[in-house]
Amino acid sequence: MALIELKHVVGGYGGAPILNGVNMAIDKSDIGVIVGPNGAGKSTTLKAIFGLLKVTGGTIDFGGENIANSLPDKLVPKGLSFVPQEKNVFTSMSVEENLEMGAFTRTDDFSDTMDWVYAMFPVLAEKRRQPAGELSGGQRQMVAMGRALMSKPSLLMLDEPSAGLSPRYVIEIFETIQRVNQEGVGILMVEQNARQALAFASKGFVLAGGQNRYTGTGAELIADPEVAKSFLGG
Amino acid sequence: MDELIFFINRVLISGTVLGSIYALGAIGVTLIFGILRFAHFAHGDMMTMGAFIAFVLATALAAMGVVLPLPLGFIVLPVAMVITAVIALGIDKGFYAPLRARGAKPVTLLIASIGVTLMIQGLVRLIFGSGTQSIYVGQPKEIFRLDMSWAGGSRPISITEPQLLMFIVTALLVVALHLFLTRSRLGKAMRAMADNAALAQVSGINTALVVRVTWVIAGSLACVAGTMLALDVALMPDLAFNIVLPIFAAAIVGGLGHAYGAIVGGFLIAFAETLAVFNWTAVLRPLNGVLPEAMQLPANLALVPTEYKLTVAFVILVITLLVRPTGIFKGAST
Repeated sequence: MALIELKHVVGGYGGAPILNGVNMAIDKSDIGVIVGPNGAGKSTTLKAIFGLLKVTGGTIDFGGENIANSLPDKLVPKGLSFVPQEKNVFTSMSVEENLEMGAFTRTDDFSDTMDWVYAMFPVLAEKRRQPAGELSGGQRQMVAMGRALMSKPSLLMLDEPSAGLSPRYVIEIFETIQRVNQEGVGILMVEQNARQALAFASKGFVLAGGQNRYTGTGAELIADPEVAKSFLGG
Repeated sequence: MDELIFFINRVLISGTVLGSIYALGAIGVTLIFGILRFAHFAHGDMMTMGAFIAFVLATALAAMGVVLPLPLGFIVLPVAMVITAVIALGIDKGFYAPLRARGAKPVTLLIASIGVTLMIQGLVRLIFGSGTQSIYVGQPKEIFRLDMSWAGGSRPISITEPQLLMFIVTALLVVALHLFLTRSRLGKAMRAMADNAALAQVSGINTALVVRVTWVIAGSLACVAGTMLALDVALMPDLAFNIVLPIFAAAIVGGLGHAYGAIVGGFLIAFAETLAVFNWTAVLRPLNGVLPEAMQLPANLALVPTEYKLTVAFVILVITLLVRPTGIFKGAST
C-alpha cells in the first residue's frame, strides 16, 4: 500500500478550483517530484495535502485514512511534514529553538532526533545558538528541513527547496534530500529545476492546468521527448 | 543634599512607579499585537476593569472583617488576575474571535476593540458610578521614610508601601515572563507565532492555544498594572484610558511584538515624562547664589507643564516612527 495516495483531488481557495483531479501515489522509499509550468497547481497540491486550502473533491489517503481538510496540528503527529518555499524559518529564534518548534507536537524526549538532525547538518550544530535569520540562504534551508524532520515524519513535503540557492547549493540540497530518503522518509517535492530534480526522482509528476499530464519514473519523464519538449525546455 | 533627595523622590521613585505600570500594560499590547496582529485599543480599560475587580474583592474581604498587614488590594491580586484573565478570554471569544474567523482586517479588529473600550467603561460607570473610589477600604497608606540626616539631608527619601510592593511584583512578573518565553514549550511557541504565524501553523503548533495563553498573560498583567495604578493614585472609571497613549507609545518605541522592548519602552517613556515635567529649579536652586542678578532661575523651570505630560509620549512616538519605525528592538512593522 502506498504511503500517501491522492485520488482525483479537486480544490482551491474558494473560487474556481485550481486542482482539477490530481492523482498521485508515493511509497516510503520514493522521492516524488512534481514539475510543470507556473500556475499548474504544483505548490497548491502540497498545500491541499497539508490542509492549507480547501479540498472539495477526491480523497487523500495517508496511513489508512482520508486526511483531506485535516489541519496541520493534526497532520504533523500523524507523520506528515511540510517545508514551505519562503519564510520557512523563525528568523528571531535560535537554530535550536527552530528545531524545537518542529517537535512541538511531540510529548516524548526528542533529543535523539535533534542529534540525528545535527548529524545530518553538522553546520547547524555549530550555529545552534545563533538566530536563524543571521544564516545564509543554504543554511536556512537546512534549518527549515531540520525543523520539518524533528517531528519524525514518514512523508516530508518540500516546496521548491532549491529556490534562490546558488547552483553549488542546489546539488547539495538534492543530495541531502536523497540522504533523508535513505533514512526511511518518503519525499514529495515541487521543483522549478525540473530536469535536475527528475534525475533524482523515483516518481515524477508533470502537472498542467491542475491535472496530471504525465506520470512516470524520473528517468522515463526525462527520456520522453514530449515531456522534454513541452516542460523541460527541449 | 536636599536637592538630590528631592530628585530621588520626584523623579527616580515616581518614574519607576510609572514605568512599571507602563511596562506591564505595554507587554500586553505588544504580545497581542505580535500574536493577533492588531492594536488592542481596549487594553487600558482591561487594566481599569482589573483594578475594579481587585476593588470588589478587597471590599468584600474588608466587609468580612479581614485585617492584614498589607493593603487588601494586594492580597486579592492573584484572584483578581485570574478573574481578569478569564474575562479577557471571554472578550476574545465573544468579540474578536468571530471577526478573525471571518478573516477580518486588523483595522476591523481595532475598531471592535474601541467598541469593547466603550462597553467596559459604560459597564464600570453603570456599576460603580463615575466618581473616585479608594481601593484601600479604610486602611491607611503606609509610607516608609528613609532618614537621610546622616548625609546632611533635612528631608527623608519617602516611598509608599504600595510603591515598594509594586517594584517587587513588577520585577517578579518580568522575570517570570522571561523564563516563560525562553524556557517553556508554550512560551517558545508564542515567540514562534509572533515571528511567523504561517510557519507556526505548519509546524503543528496549536495556534488557538497560543492565542488563549496570550490573552491570559495580557489580561492578568493588565489587572496588576491597573490595580497598581489604583493603589498609587485612585480608582476611577477612566483610570487607565488616560494612559493608553503612553502605553502604545511604549510598545511601539520598544518594537511591536517584542516583550522586552515593551519593558524598556515603558520605563523610557515614564522617565521621559517624569523628567519633562520635573521642576529643575528645585535641583538647580543653589546656582542662584553664583549666577548674576539678571540670570536668576525662575520659580518653575519644567520643560513641559504638568498638564501637557501626555505630549511627551506623543513626541517620542512621532520621533520613533520617523527615525526608527521598527522600534529599539526590531519589532514587526505592520
